[in-house]
Amino acid sequence: MSLLDEMNEKATRRGVPLTVHLDITWRCNERCVHCYLDHDGKGEMTTEEIKDVIHQLAGCGTFFLSISGGEPLLRRDCFEILEYARALRFNVKLKTNAVMIGAKEAARIRKLGIEQVQISLYSHRPEVHDAITKLPGSLRRTTDAIRHLKANGVKVSITDVLMKYNHRDVKAVKQLAQELGVNFLIDPTITPMLNGDRSILSLGITPAELEELMHTEEFVGDVNEFCAPVATVGNEILDGYSCSAGHTLAYISPFGDVYPCVQFPMPCGSVRKQSFREIWHDSQAFAELRSVHVRDLPTCSHCTHTAYCSRCPGLAYMEGDFRGPSAADCQKSYARTGIPSAAMSQNGNRNPFAASGLVQISGLQ
Amino acid sequence: MYLTQSADIAARTLGDETLIMSTLDSTIFVLNSVGSAIWNAADGTTPLSRIIQEHVCSEFDVTDDQAAADAREFVDRLVKHGILFVSDAPTSPKEA
Repeated sequence: MSLLDEMNEKATRRGVPLTVHLDITWRCNERCVHCYLDHDGKGEMTTEEIKDVIHQLAGCGTFFLSISGGEPLLRRDCFEILEYARALRFNVKLKTNAVMIGAKEAARIRKLGIEQVQISLYSHRPEVHDAITKLPGSLRRTTDAIRHLKANGVKVSITDVLMKYNHRDVKAVKQLAQELGVNFLIDPTITPMLNGDRSILSLGITPAELEELMHTEEFVGDVNEFCAPVATVGNEILDGYSCSAGHTLAYISPFGDVYPCVQFPMPCGSVRKQSFREIWHDSQAFAELRSVHVRDLPTCSHCTHTAYCSRCPGLAYMEGDFRGPSAADCQKSYARTGIPSAAMSQNGNRNPFAASGLVQISGLQ
Repeated sequence: MYLTQSADIAARTLGDETLIMSTLDSTIFVLNSVGSAIWNAADGTTPLSRIIQEHVCSEFDVTDDQAAADAREFVDRLVKHGILFVSDAPTSPKEA
């Protein structure tokens, strides 16, 4: 077990919110077709409110702080907020589309000791990337920014969210990441909008495309090992939790609302009404979430895929019940192993998406 | 000898342990209770000898000589990784 895993385990036992994702705005200068946020900036926390929250988080033991949005750099006080967080010795990650980062901003980010800048990049082709962001010139501006950041020694990670528009470019994007000298991640999951609108799920890749991805050595390493089903499920897994949301992870919106995760819109409280500590320790919603172990999940606890499934309780929540299966994760397990999940078998349907409408199957472009 | 924490770190004390990560190379350190006591007292203005007396000898069951030797070894290790600086005169954190 790594030192970080050990600290995570200790944080879980002690009830420490080790990681917090703080969106400082939902406003954005891009309009990505798959974005799960609306972009209304009315009622955002002020600089002082945000600083107060960050100060509270330090007192609660938070170590990893992701500053995100929207586009966080649209706030004039973004650097002031970053500086404040670094002065309190947080490990700060900045999630941005980077189009506002030039040489000066890159140098400032380096000087502040930001741990990593995380950027979404959808294609090596401007006509594809810019069509997804709906901002002409955004690919050029983003890659220019990455070069500035790298020139200043800042660690950069790019995430390629796979959609029907761009999935064919994934190998070229990986190649671009190598040329730029940055980490590369693939995200095949489209998240429903936080307001409940699920229409953007139709942008996702098809089950067949996901299966192909899961069987491509370049992305998963040893395919046989990656795709092999794991039959045994020990008490360690059954007594554990699906993920860290609500255990060591929390999300705070630009309006001060607290949730278990950015992908888990179950309201837990507002830092405008209570302290973060009170919400974290006393909220009924957090208490309910923490009371559920893997063995308590009505369908997933006896699923073939329990041992390695990445079941997202947030996606399950958006499908109706955080204790239930998440169709997107059932599909990932199925794409990986070819074995239907318990939820799929219950439905008598090998394709979870046909039932849930989570991904619409479309022809190849 | 005075100790100053590097500005190029992230750090948080959880219970009696301290988690530190270098922002330069992402190396992670977890300090135990004695290490945490020294780390948290490393303000650039308190001499190491006083830190040992006030935060180690008075809090833990250890002789003065052993505490001094262990503390020196601990400080040397953190200095080697660039997360702690030593100086002969007091400093402010901004000088680190």
